[in-house]
Amino acid sequence: MEDDAPVIYGLEFQARALTPQTAETDAIRFLVGTQSLKYDNQIHIIDFDDENNIINKNVLLHQVGEIWHISTSPADKGVLATCYNRTSDSRVLTCAAVWRMPKELESGSHESPDDSSSTAQTLELLCHLDNTAHGNMACVAWEPMGDGKKVISLADNHILLWDLQASSSQAVLASSASLEGRGQLKLTSGRWSPHHNCTQVATANDTTLRGWDTRSMSQIYCIENAHGQLVRDLDFNPNKQYYLASCGDDCKVKFWDTRNVTEPVKTLEEHSHWVWNVRYNHSHDQLVLTGSSDSRVILSNMVSISSEPFGHLVDDDDVSDQEDHQPEEKSKEPLQDNVIATYEEHEDSVYAVEWSSADPWLFASLSYDGRLVINRVPRALKYHILL
Amino acid sequence: WAAVGAMAAGPVHGSGPGDSPEGPEAEAPERRRKAHGMLKLYYGLSEGEAAGRPAGPDPLDPTDLNGAHFDPEVYLDKLRRECPLAQLMDSETDMVRQIRALDSDMQTLVYENYNKFISATDTIRKMKNDFRKMEDEMDRLATNMAVITDFSARISATLQDRHERITKLAGVHALLRKLQFLFELPSRLTKCVELGAYGQAVRYQGRAQAVLQQYQHLPSFRAIQDDCQVITARLVQQLRQRFREGGSGAPEQAECVELLLALGEPAEELCEEFLAHARGRLEEELRSLEAELGPSPPAPDVLEFTDHGGSGFVGGLCQVAAAYQELFAAQGPAGAEKLAAFARELGGRYFALVERRLAQEQGGGDNSLLVRALDRFHRRLRAPGALLAAAGLAEAATEIVERVARERLGHHLQGLRVAFLGCLTDVRQALAAPRLAGKEGPGLAELLANVASSILSHIKASLAAVHLFTAKEVSFSNKPYFRGEFCSQGVREGLIVGFIRSMCQTAQSFCDSPGEKGGATPPALLLLLSRLCLDYETATISYILTLTDEQFLVLDSSLTARPRPATSSPLPGLCPARETARRLLTHYVKVQGLVISQMLRKSVETRDWLSTLEPRNVRAVMKRVVEDTTAIDVQVGLLYEEGVRKAQSSDSSKRTFSVYSSSRQQGRYAPSYTPSAPMDTNLLSNIQKLFSERIDVFSPVEFNKVSVLTGIIKISLKTLLECVRLRTFGRFGLQQVQVDCHFLQLYLWRFVADEELVHLLLDEVVASAALRCPDPVPMEPSVVEVICERG
Repeated sequence: MEDDAPVIYGLEFQARALTPQTAETDAIRFLVGTQSLKYDNQIHIIDFDDENNIINKNVLLHQVGEIWHISTSPADKGVLATCYNRTSDSRVLTCAAVWRMPKELESGSHESPDDSSSTAQTLELLCHLDNTAHGNMACVAWEPMGDGKKVISLADNHILLWDLQASSSQAVLASSASLEGRGQLKLTSGRWSPHHNCTQVATANDTTLRGWDTRSMSQIYCIENAHGQLVRDLDFNPNKQYYLASCGDDCKVKFWDTRNVTEPVKTLEEHSHWVWNVRYNHSHDQLVLTGSSDSRVILSNMVSISSEPFGHLVDDDDVSDQEDHQPEEKSKEPLQDNVIATYEEHEDSVYAVEWSSADPWLFASLSYDGRLVINRVPRALKYHILL
Repeated sequence: WAAVGAMAAGPVHGSGPGDSPEGPEAEAPERRRKAHGMLKLYYGLSEGEAAGRPAGPDPLDPTDLNGAHFDPEVYLDKLRRECPLAQLMDSETDMVRQIRALDSDMQTLVYENYNKFISATDTIRKMKNDFRKMEDEMDRLATNMAVITDFSARISATLQDRHERITKLAGVHALLRKLQFLFELPSRLTKCVELGAYGQAVRYQGRAQAVLQQYQHLPSFRAIQDDCQVITARLVQQLRQRFREGGSGAPEQAECVELLLALGEPAEELCEEFLAHARGRLEEELRSLEAELGPSPPAPDVLEFTDHGGSGFVGGLCQVAAAYQELFAAQGPAGAEKLAAFARELGGRYFALVERRLAQEQGGGDNSLLVRALDRFHRRLRAPGALLAAAGLAEAATEIVERVARERLGHHLQGLRVAFLGCLTDVRQALAAPRLAGKEGPGLAELLANVASSILSHIKASLAAVHLFTAKEVSFSNKPYFRGEFCSQGVREGLIVGFIRSMCQTAQSFCDSPGEKGGATPPALLLLLSRLCLDYETATISYILTLTDEQFLVLDSSLTARPRPATSSPLPGLCPARETARRLLTHYVKVQGLVISQMLRKSVETRDWLSTLEPRNVRAVMKRVVEDTTAIDVQVGLLYEEGVRKAQSSDSSKRTFSVYSSSRQQGRYAPSYTPSAPMDTNLLSNIQKLFSERIDVFSPVEFNKVSVLTGIIKISLKTLLECVRLRTFGRFGLQQVQVDCHFLQLYLWRFVADEELVHLLLDEVVASAALRCPDPVPMEPSVVEVICERG
């Protein structure tokens, strides 16, 4: 199918940071942050026109440094947070800040492609998440479903909960927690659970996964040795409150039930190198996307541990005659967990994969060489899930 | 005299021609002719002959002289009429002469006959006298006889009376003897009972029984009968007593039963009692057997136990069954059924005991003893099996033997597993030991050989042990189970294939253990197991299976046709072995790769690359990496072949970074920042990537040294690349990376299949480092070389 072909977009710089515009639910829009030590870094706002299969981009300058992580506010389309490196005389510090993009770009105003370089606009700084006392910022996570006022950031071994006030122009440290332990603990990744009234956050450090209660900032569960090596990323199942997925340097993706942390519910071992990113589809949690430094993106179908019931409870009203009914039944047999597709459009390590916030059948992946690929869930599977 | 003469002269006279006128009366010629006939008869002349022979054509011719109707007148007339004178003359002379001859003949005859008359008369006179004498004698005899008769009658009349009396007396005597026997019967019976001659007593009783029964209406007989009954009752009691006491053994018991039966005891009851008694005895046997396997005393070995059971219980059961069948044959199917039930029940208990004992044996190692015990057990039970087909003891015994055989197989499988685990423990120790001793322990190859041979010997031992079950002399070896299923399913599939599978599983479990636990498995062990599995796949499995087939399937001609395809086709156990070998080796690569990766990662992550000094040396960690890789190379080389490399340029070690560091870095470090043509910036590196193959970092490995090391190095360098990308480098940091990579380049190329791969990865590392450097000033290649050669 023509429109199933991947759409590729190339950036000039190396890039690691990718996020969908979370607050946007109509247009397919991704934000990509570049990594360049010598030039001004950019945030590319990438609009994907699903009908015409065309990519429109807008470039925002991000002059403070190379972007390691980017996330967007769930409430305000124009607000985003980045973690960036600030290099100052032989010291590298990763900071975090909340920004607002120019108003006209929020909804993807179509710029003229020929003079985009001259019209590169600048982000408006809303506030810094002050980390002078805490160390390097690894990531920033917004409270999902929230009003865009609460943000978690991970700085070395600290978890910082910020309250954004005065229309995000002021960040107040509401509470914090820190990991204590032997050696230099460093949080690598964190996600905010959409369940439990958004009171839970999960973090990864080294090989361990931890769950935190944001009200008391205390640890609620801990999965020691979740992976054989470093845990790179994790994600919550959007539909099943106790399920979360993690991935790491042991090339595995593991699915956990946080009520029983001794054994993973399921383990996938499809990648041949470190898995950097794992993402549940926002609506159909059997679809799991992983990106790895073996340059592959893999879309897996984890029906057996998804919230989808095995087979659909089909109401047979529309099926009148039996002949039609029989094959129907057969095709509704429970699907096996399997790999749906392996995407090999990347030439370099894939450090980020994200589902679109607008179209649940569409996702983007970003490799280090600056290549952004937009793919869709295979149509057959899509219909199988929908019907 | 006159009467006789007259009689003799009559016919002669009558026939003379002179007499012819005086015979005209009617009956005279008739009488004469009759007399003639009688005489003729006497002289042998038939009437016709005498008349007809000399006669001419007509016997009635009255002219025939000799004819009966001769008429002399006619004859004379004729003669005178017809004949001339001369002839008449001649006839007349002839006639005269004939008459004269006849006269003389007649005179002779008369004289002869006269003498005979005289002697006859004399004889008759004498006879008359003799008869008179005889008559007198006869008369005398008659009178004598009358006298005798008279006497005899008188005697018998006198004896008659006595005879009758004697007969009566004899009858009375016999009766009296019988009566005496009857009267004596009670005392005799008592005596017999006292003496213990029960058989005799029963015979007496049997003889008297009918009579007593018949005359029981007479008071005296009744008394006797009562007495007898009392005694018999006592006898019965005693017999029963004896029967119950039972110490006397089965034959006496059988006798008792026989006697009791003869005494008319109800057979049914006796059956029960007999069986109950037998049960008592057999239960005693069972108890003693049970005591033998009791918990506290050291149980006798299983052979002794089955012997004991065989001779004691089974023998007893045989005896009981034989005696029962003999005694109660008349009972018909109901009795047989009872016996069968009896045998079944006791047999069941016996089997339970035997099974308990055999279960104790399960842990033991001595198969031959067990097999012998089972053989005896089985053999022993075949006799009652024939005797008591209904009880199904033989089948049950066979079943037990089969079960034991199966358990035995399981036990051997377990044993093999344990042996395998033991081998692994030994290997672990051996691998751990040399580090302590400081000297080289047994080499890996040697260890491998040890493990392989020890496992093989274990397998052979198990096969040999199991083979005992199918030995010809063992009584149960010809059962269908042992001929078919035991060999093919039990031994081949269950034991051998099962062991190989479990071996593979055990080995694979080393791969499955997650990282932190996997650390406990020495990599060398993984390597060794991998090689072991590979060897199994290539040779050992088929060898073992051939061995098994030879030993077991040959026995079974009926099945030879079937397993053939199974042997020729790669059995399902083979694939796991190869797969296991591959997984183990892959895991080895991962583990070793991880070790080196961790070193590299720590070295990259912990260093402050921005403020590092100008490189003077290759960092120690790189040397360490090379050392470790070399060690791994040696280790793998012990077990795996070299493998194939791609052809390499002769001076690859001399290769410098100049090529790419000048040309490629130029392209990368000075990107023309033109957003309108975004693809241009990375064009060079992308084009290069298009032409290079994608590197599968954790790709499956081949079974050779080069492939293994390629895998390890790939993993390590990829880690280095990823780590470098996460850091920011100062100018000297970049240069240090340059130096390090060149150093690795110098030493690692020789280990891998395709040195281009190392180049590519190291290029990538340096390029990434350059990208991560705000101030990328690469070091002069010549300086890099100098540093590396110095280091």
